[in-house]
Amino acid sequence: MSNVDRPLSPHLSIYRWPITMALSILHRLTGVALSLGFVMLAVWLFDIASGADAYAVFMKYMDTLIGKLLLVGWSFAFFYHLSNGARHLVWDTGRGLEKEQATSSAWLVLIAAVLLTGVFWWVAS
Amino acid sequence: MAEFRLPKNSRLTKGRHFASASGSSNVRRFAVYRYDPDSGENPRVDTYEVDIDNCGPMVLDALIKIKNEIDPTLTFRRSCREGICGSCAMNIDGGNTLACTRSIESVKGDVKIYPLPHLPVVKDLVGDLTNFYAQYASIKPWLQARTPPPPDQERLQSKDDQELINEPAACILCACCSTSCPSYWWNSDRYLGPAALLAAYRWLVDSRDEATGERLDELEDPFRLYRCHTIMNCTQTCPKNLNPAKAIAETKKMLAERKY
Repeated sequence: MSNVDRPLSPHLSIYRWPITMALSILHRLTGVALSLGFVMLAVWLFDIASGADAYAVFMKYMDTLIGKLLLVGWSFAFFYHLSNGARHLVWDTGRGLEKEQATSSAWLVLIAAVLLTGVFWWVAS
Repeated sequence: MAEFRLPKNSRLTKGRHFASASGSSNVRRFAVYRYDPDSGENPRVDTYEVDIDNCGPMVLDALIKIKNEIDPTLTFRRSCREGICGSCAMNIDGGNTLACTRSIESVKGDVKIYPLPHLPVVKDLVGDLTNFYAQYASIKPWLQARTPPPPDQERLQSKDDQELINEPAACILCACCSTSCPSYWWNSDRYLGPAALLAAYRWLVDSRDEATGERLDELEDPFRLYRCHTIMNCTQTCPKNLNPAKAIAETKKMLAERKY
């Protein structure tokens, strides 16, 4: 009997996402976003080193709405990845892996990431 | 690279609707995945109206009622109807569970029923578990000992040692956990999945087993074990309330600790 013609049962499209699953993919996505953000950070440092004129150009772009959204997004990605990274470290010691614990730590990490992002921008501005 | 979209032959089409003939006002709608291998047509979702006043409380009761009274072509696995055989594992209301222990009442709105996710479908709600069973066999789920047993008795365990394997040994191999795992969806050819890894752990912590080192060697692989990213879907969905995610974390710890 061959499997070739058999249909594949639906997966992503029908599965009801537990919060832990949503945060797991968010961890991956923020990781990717941070990698891209570091390229931007390098551009920033490069422009600082290149003198006032180059830096002014960089700041002009970052002062737009899109620039600000990107910066807030990257800072959230950073704080989320950091908080959830700490959660993973705890998991790696074998702790916090009960169903209820993993669900409440998920909410904790989300709240922490939003708060830290808020505090960061409050201090920065 | 993971393929997120369903292949062309797997995309759902609109199915038939079976209106209730009983005239009862207490009717629930069941939307059920259908695939007929003989027709060669794409899978579809049929909807059945079931008179709940004349139906048992569980989703399996409704499926049996549909098969007996509405549509005898509906195909699904079932046996014990009390949550110990694992046959009627399927995706109900977006989560993998056993149809015989999930009550109809606990589902809001239409009761949506699909086969376990990301499996080749044999027919209707019957998924092909060949690979799942092969992976279970690959972890050698039996006692391996070199020393002979005592001549006059069994290999005995202390109460505490037995405690360690009580929970992982309660797995019924229904495949709810493995087929809930996105890592398993994308990498089931190389990642063992939570069920097989829970079984592996059950033998790793068995005080009578003497193949711990070899068992760990087999698992030390970027795919077989380490595709687990602690997504936690396995533990969230297990109908027996077991914890494969924790067993996997403990296995990773055993591997880390034996290095030092």
